[in-house]
Amino acid sequence: MPVLIPRNVDELVEVFQANPQAKLLAGGTDYMVEVNLHGRKPETMISLRRVKELTEWSVRTNQSRITIGAGVPYADMEHGEIARLVPALAQAARTVGSPQIRAAGTLGGNLGTCSPAGDSLPVLAALGATIHVIGPDGNRDIEFADFMVGVKKNSLQPAEFVHSVSLPLVEGWQGYAKVGTRNAMVISTASACLVRDSDEGFVAIALGSVGPTIIRAHAAESWLMKSTSLRAGSQLAPSIAQEFGRRVAQESRPIDDHRSTADYRRHAIGVLAQRLLTRSFS
Amino acid sequence: MSTNIPVSGAAQSHEMYSLRVNGLVHEVEDAWIGESLLYVLRERLGLPGAKGACEQGECGSCTVIVDSKAVCSCLVMAADAVDTEILTVEGLGPDGALTDVQSAFLSEGGVQCGFCTPGFIVAVHHLLENNPQPSDDEIRESLSGNICRCTGYGRILEAVRTVADQRRQNS
Repeated sequence: MPVLIPRNVDELVEVFQANPQAKLLAGGTDYMVEVNLHGRKPETMISLRRVKELTEWSVRTNQSRITIGAGVPYADMEHGEIARLVPALAQAARTVGSPQIRAAGTLGGNLGTCSPAGDSLPVLAALGATIHVIGPDGNRDIEFADFMVGVKKNSLQPAEFVHSVSLPLVEGWQGYAKVGTRNAMVISTASACLVRDSDEGFVAIALGSVGPTIIRAHAAESWLMKSTSLRAGSQLAPSIAQEFGRRVAQESRPIDDHRSTADYRRHAIGVLAQRLLTRSFS
Repeated sequence: MSTNIPVSGAAQSHEMYSLRVNGLVHEVEDAWIGESLLYVLRERLGLPGAKGACEQGECGSCTVIVDSKAVCSCLVMAADAVDTEILTVEGLGPDGALTDVQSAFLSEGGVQCGFCTPGFIVAVHHLLENNPQPSDDEIRESLSGNICRCTGYGRILEAVRTVADQRRQNS
């Protein structure tokens, strides 16, 4: 069977409905590894590379939100306007693979694969992203927390695809941090995104690679908001940062695998949480 | 399904499509859909410059330019690369002559076993095309997807600085 190459969203909807068993191909940085090394046998493929609308992004200033198309590559998030508006997403994008991988890999591909180590996913979780999907029954919006349901499992229905991701533009500090065996070309051992809304005095932290899905550390967030002021101009006691790290680590659910141990991951995620919170006050 | 949605091959298991590589159109016949661009370049089109090592996008030895972007050709599905402009290491210099980047790799000793060299050469051309006077950090970052196990990278970085200096003096 061939590679089907729709040029716009209408064609994509049509061709996916006619071939609901087809596999979607975005940047190929996950899928081709499966084909090259793990015996995956592609049959009908639908290429997303040339679907024009998926490569676009836009800002709606009145609603203070940015919408990023599923086909936007990491390279386009590293610098420029997207990086200025969503700095944590830019930081996460810069840690993905290498320049060659970032030129190909896309936000939608990260959501399609839905690995707990997906670098953009903690950012989407911490910011409370809404995923816009299109399928045979039309459009629907899925909150990120309902989108990722397990290790490499999302809640997309047959013949549904990710169109774009909508993120709020937050006043205050946001950052992403990741531990791996080196800086370039590494899959995260533990990763975290912290968003501190200094207008609302609100904090959110989402954890990657330390559970079957991205984990929001809700209990640690609530404790922190009760224990200290997060508004602009306030100070952070080191003991609070340390206790926050300890509480975040308690909410992680890591496993031992070929990349690391549960104990190390639990330790590392606590350090990352403490470090991100401290940075947000510096 | 409407008939006007482009497809890369006939609706059968033996794919036929054409790729535009180094300015020339090559017909690919009787191919399997899962073949990577790296495989098709080397095994079907007689262009063995891009090297295959990890086949998972980690080593960069298969780096080529697709539509002005440096990518790992092992991670590009060849049948999906129709209607793109593909540039390989063979197409960098006119008529097989060495480019300034290749000459600098030789003069600065940036080549030992040579296996990673084509990937580095393509990545350096891409870097200097987009950033003619890169800082040391920018050079390191732009080559972070290419692995060399021989040189220790110092002489490769020197070759990049040499070309950037030459091009500035000649401009």
